[in-house]
Amino acid sequence: MKGFMDVLRQMAHYPTAVIGMVVIALLLIVSIVTPIVIPYNEAVRLWRGGENVWRFYPRNAAPAWFNWFRSTDQAASIILNSAEGDVESTIEQISADTREERFSFEFDFPYDTFPSEMIMFAAAKYASKQPFIEMTWITPDGREIRAGEFSAGPNTPVRFDQDTRLQRRLERETGIKNVPVVKGLFDDPNIEGLQVLQGTYRLDATALLFEPESALDLAFVSYGQVHGWAGTDHQRRDLSVALLWGTPIAMAFGLLAALLTTVTTMGIAAFGVWVGGWVDAVIQRITEVNSIIPLLPILIMVGTLYSRSIWITLGLVIVLSIFGLQIKNYRAIFMQVKESAYIDAARAYGAGDMRIIFRYLIPRILPLVIPAIVILVPSFVFLEASLAVLGLGDPFIPTWGKLINDANTQGALFNGYYYWILLPSILLMVAGLAFAMVGFALDRVFNPRLREV
Amino acid sequence: MATDVITGGLDFNAEVDVESIEASARKARIQSIRQLVRYTVLKLVALVVTVAIGVYITILVANMGGAVDKMRLATIREGVALAATANPEFKNMSSAQRVDYINKKVELESKRFGLDRPFAIRSFEFLRDGMTLNLGYSQQLMSDSGSRLVRNILLERLPSTLILFGTANFILFFLALFAGLSLSRRYGSFADKAVLTLAPTSAAPAWFYGLFLILIFAAWLKVLPFGGMVDAPPPDNPLDYALSMAKHMILPIMAWLVSAIFLTAYNWRTFFLIYSSEDYVEMAKAKGLSDSMIERRYVLRPTLPNIITSFALMLIGLWTGAIIFETVFNWPGIGELYFRAIGVFDTPVIVANTVLYAYLLALTVFLLDFIYALVDPRVRVGGGGRKQ
Repeated sequence: MKGFMDVLRQMAHYPTAVIGMVVIALLLIVSIVTPIVIPYNEAVRLWRGGENVWRFYPRNAAPAWFNWFRSTDQAASIILNSAEGDVESTIEQISADTREERFSFEFDFPYDTFPSEMIMFAAAKYASKQPFIEMTWITPDGREIRAGEFSAGPNTPVRFDQDTRLQRRLERETGIKNVPVVKGLFDDPNIEGLQVLQGTYRLDATALLFEPESALDLAFVSYGQVHGWAGTDHQRRDLSVALLWGTPIAMAFGLLAALLTTVTTMGIAAFGVWVGGWVDAVIQRITEVNSIIPLLPILIMVGTLYSRSIWITLGLVIVLSIFGLQIKNYRAIFMQVKESAYIDAARAYGAGDMRIIFRYLIPRILPLVIPAIVILVPSFVFLEASLAVLGLGDPFIPTWGKLINDANTQGALFNGYYYWILLPSILLMVAGLAFAMVGFALDRVFNPRLREV
Repeated sequence: MATDVITGGLDFNAEVDVESIEASARKARIQSIRQLVRYTVLKLVALVVTVAIGVYITILVANMGGAVDKMRLATIREGVALAATANPEFKNMSSAQRVDYINKKVELESKRFGLDRPFAIRSFEFLRDGMTLNLGYSQQLMSDSGSRLVRNILLERLPSTLILFGTANFILFFLALFAGLSLSRRYGSFADKAVLTLAPTSAAPAWFYGLFLILIFAAWLKVLPFGGMVDAPPPDNPLDYALSMAKHMILPIMAWLVSAIFLTAYNWRTFFLIYSSEDYVEMAKAKGLSDSMIERRYVLRPTLPNIITSFALMLIGLWTGAIIFETVFNWPGIGELYFRAIGVFDTPVIVANTVLYAYLLALTVFLLDFIYALVDPRVRVGGGGRKQ
């Protein structure tokens, strides 16, 4: 314990190491909290849920904080759902069976850009006669525009953009040919060209329900150009789910792989040196063969032919790294240690092989191993990301690498959705750098000889 | 100890016969060449055996689910079907008859190729075919010349991979060497500290920096291409072709350098510092030799073997990233081919490509071992070569 505090105190001399440790601590906190807040099954359901889970989310929206760096304020999403109590309705009984229900969707629109799309979701309960709905759009300057009418089914999305009659009406209103409906509705008529008129808008929906038992819920969504702190992808999925869940996956994969490969490699090197003779020679030759076997292609082959589970990949990485090239380094050090006088002393008092390996050889090499483990972590974090970028990520769990893969296949860079690649990349970079910086500092603390040069 | 024999020895004893010195020098040179050849041949044999074992393991992994067997059967079936349709004698056969004929023939052929024999025996045939990249036909992919022989598809793409990685690693080696030397000269300066601080950035692979570089130079500044090897359509004039290729190589090489240069320069600078604190360097300084001469003869020479070993280890690690690297830059090499083969589940290409990577790794190791032998006098003069 005292030794641990000592190391910490020495680490404090390296500013990069302090930053690295803080970042690692944050990543570990996120790794612990995320699975509690979003359980594994929930994360899988969210990520593979498709349109039904994400229908109220905009497509390809940038993170909301992008607005801070822009001169224009991008539209955020506005969701008004009567089922959630966002909108109250007034009811007027017309006859014994028929009643009229009025929904009034009122919202502020203080943004500089138009929404990306607008949809009215209707969910009606009825026996045989569908409720009928008429919509009116009221602009801040008091103009009233008939915004279409429709019959509501149990699950009817009405896309404003597809209403050609409304479009023709708006063409007359704005004087612009082929004006997109959403832009036409928010256009300021006093300014030439398309320009957002800011202020309070209202969408009145008057529904006629023809059966006493029937019921109706309406949800109006004006999709933004920005959303949340992470943005959304081409399937409207909130990237924050993948960014959050990517953290425990990357940490678990990186730490486990680094720890297990180092421990096994070191164990085998120690064993070979201690037993010596042909065992040592065989270990040497296996190491040389192993260095020729291309790791990533083998992983890819297994991913393509057998399984893409992240745990199988992890197991395979460890199996293929048992005889890694690090054995050569550890061997050289063990050779030196083996000849030391204190080992002779141990042998003289009659210590067994196992006792000498575990009590004398390995503790001696720990100062080299601990920094090596930490420095190795990023390479495995990036290995997992590499496989995901190749499309061989785990099919169920969303990870950072899978986001980059999605973004690449959807041409994110080409289409200007930079956030889509930047966010997971920055997280990868930050995680990798943090471990590398701490590892480098640990190396200097544990091996003072390095500090001299 | 015996290094002076090669350099001809210093002329300490003026009365020694000049001719006899020359003769002994010649003898030493011949002997050192013989040593070099012996060392090279030994290394080569060891590598061939190593590659064979590596390929064998690859085939074992690939055939766990019978993937290679299926490949062979598909190749046989294709050959038989092609022969049956080409043969005019079978023109009048009904389709049912023909299918029956083909099935019987396939059974016969697979017996002929020994597919009914136990895997332990067949695996060695696969090994032979694997080593010669003779893995039959691809399932989906085609070479640009229209061939579906796996070997043709792979060999057609090999040159572009070699050009890119050869150039990148060549630049990396010399850049790191000069950076390391100049940093060791200005130990403790701002540049030295900056490289030390930046060394952890090498934790990220080259493809990762490639994404950023593409974002900056292609998507944002629009000065360099997003990827690919030449403009479309490719220029006819060889000079224009080379220029266009050079333009497409700027970003990949930059990414390769950024991901490796800081750590490499830092490590090598440490090697140089260790060797510049040796007593004989102090001695040379005391003698009043110029700095550049000390650097070349007394620091660089003994450090080179270490540097080459470290470079070899790094390259072995970097080859792994080549698949994604080429994919990110859309470079038409074997890595990008690998990526496409995964996309369409083209097993023969995937297996053959893995074998080819094993070869490339072995070649890298061999080339560097050879250079190692050239720069390390211990290999040439008797000794046992690299001490491991």
